[in-house]
Amino acid sequence: MRLIRRLRANLVVIAGVLALVYLIVPNLVVLAFSFNQPKGRFNYTWNHFSTDAWQHPCGVAGMCGSLTLSLKIAVYATVAATVLGTMTAFALARYRFRGRGATNMLIFLPMAMPEVVMGASLGTLFLNMRIQFGFWTILIAHIMFCLSFVVTAVKARVMSMDPRLEQAAQDLYATPAQTFLRVTLPLAAPGIAAGALLSFALSFDDYIITSFNAGNSVTFPMFVWGSAQRGTPVQVNVIGTAMFVIAVLLVLAGQLAGGRRKARG
Amino acid sequence: MTAAAAGPLSPPAAPAPAEPGKAQRRAAARRRRVPYLLLLAGVAWLLVFFVAPLVYQASTSVQTGTLEDGFKVTWHFATYWDALTEYWPHFVRSLVYSGIATVLCLVIGYPLAYTIAFRAGRWRNLVLILVIAPFFTSFLIRTLAWETILADQGPVVSFLNDLHVLDVTSWLGITEGDRVLATPLAVVCGLTYNFLPFMILPLYTSLERVDGRLHEAAGDLYATPFTVFRKVTFPLSMPGVVAGTLLTFIPASGDYINAELLGSTNQQMIGNVIESQFLRVLDYPTAAALSFILMAVILAVVTLYIRRAGTEELV
Repeated sequence: MRLIRRLRANLVVIAGVLALVYLIVPNLVVLAFSFNQPKGRFNYTWNHFSTDAWQHPCGVAGMCGSLTLSLKIAVYATVAATVLGTMTAFALARYRFRGRGATNMLIFLPMAMPEVVMGASLGTLFLNMRIQFGFWTILIAHIMFCLSFVVTAVKARVMSMDPRLEQAAQDLYATPAQTFLRVTLPLAAPGIAAGALLSFALSFDDYIITSFNAGNSVTFPMFVWGSAQRGTPVQVNVIGTAMFVIAVLLVLAGQLAGGRRKARG
Repeated sequence: MTAAAAGPLSPPAAPAPAEPGKAQRRAAARRRRVPYLLLLAGVAWLLVFFVAPLVYQASTSVQTGTLEDGFKVTWHFATYWDALTEYWPHFVRSLVYSGIATVLCLVIGYPLAYTIAFRAGRWRNLVLILVIAPFFTSFLIRTLAWETILADQGPVVSFLNDLHVLDVTSWLGITEGDRVLATPLAVVCGLTYNFLPFMILPLYTSLERVDGRLHEAAGDLYATPFTVFRKVTFPLSMPGVVAGTLLTFIPASGDYINAELLGSTNQQMIGNVIESQFLRVLDYPTAAALSFILMAVILAVVTLYIRRAGTEELV
């Protein structure tokens, strides 16, 4: 009886935990099958344990090249989108000006547009302007769709900042540059970091928009897509697992650093 | 960048002198220019690489021609009609699948968001990380993992077969025979999985702002837990519900990854059609027309939904 009552009281938590399991299980499958040695070309059924793939992560033709391309594009796109997006966010959060509403709309639209529409239309434009598809077209597309997310993240942060802190800095004879570098920027940093992190993840992971603008270049998601037809190599699981672990560790480290700063006051 | 001091959003410290000097006027003019200078690069980027392509796409959709001779604008609106008559099942399928996936995301995601916000205690950050972490593993790899999980000889499918669940679902028409892959069930399951974090995060953000004492107050006033949820928690989380459903529904309706990897040709969605028209058939006008119809449909659904959600919030 008591058990049933406890179960009922924690029904929400149980449902929540089940949802979490649903979210995490595929990652665990990816992890498990990175140690598989598949019988045929398809890595779908468990054969036997092996660390081959972990020892030779670049043992598949073309995969590490695509990984390098993806990382390169993700870094460039993140830097560009973060700089442009932060500037735009400051303008939107700090100033009233003619066209502010329209700009907000322009920022919102890419996030409310199915990727397939954005990808196809940008691809059509490049095609008709006879621009060579490849690294630069992918980069342009990625900066385009990351921008809105950076603006949204930074804007939310800047709007919640207390403007009196900056006024205080100016009252204490800080130059505008000093105020910006030592007060405004550190205060806005969490928002900027969140935007940058999101950009990186979105860019690195994008398949749909990239596929319309890549030409013959192959990013990592495109490599995975291509290999899915003829059987994904185990190394893909190795990369997937490594990314997962690195991401969790990075976020944990960030949390710890943030927590310590908060504790220090 | 003296954003704070110059920001006209903060009230002026003192009334401006009646006759501003020349230097002051110049400073004011410079201040007015600051937001435009800040915006310039970002807005230009979006105008050139987001708005211009859409406009260009609109003109492409009314062009005719061949790949060899080039395409010309002939105001050939029949492309839209032909595209609709040929591919309306794909549109219907897209809307139905993504609609069901959105509802499932809400049903599955809400308890988790609620747990993180109110019940997780010191586990809160860890659970949040676990929700966000899948973002950082390529979603293609994770969708392929579903192929492994739902494989025909896999434990899940044989378990469901032993319980005769698949007989029921086959009767309902969401699976076929004794397999899950290449059925609507697999595609909806994949869509739900892929967009679940997009539902959970906005839900969590708005639930986190709900004051826990409101629950206690409602409980003190003899509301049953269900009533507390219906009358207090859920209405207060409405912004998160609206944001989450939009963030799930919009990308899901244009998605073709799940239909391609987990479905068969009978589960193809409109995204699959646009992709193949553009990348394989090279029929750009049809691809453009289909994109525009998809955009219009989504816009209509979203507008309707926001209106409904808005009125419900007021009641």
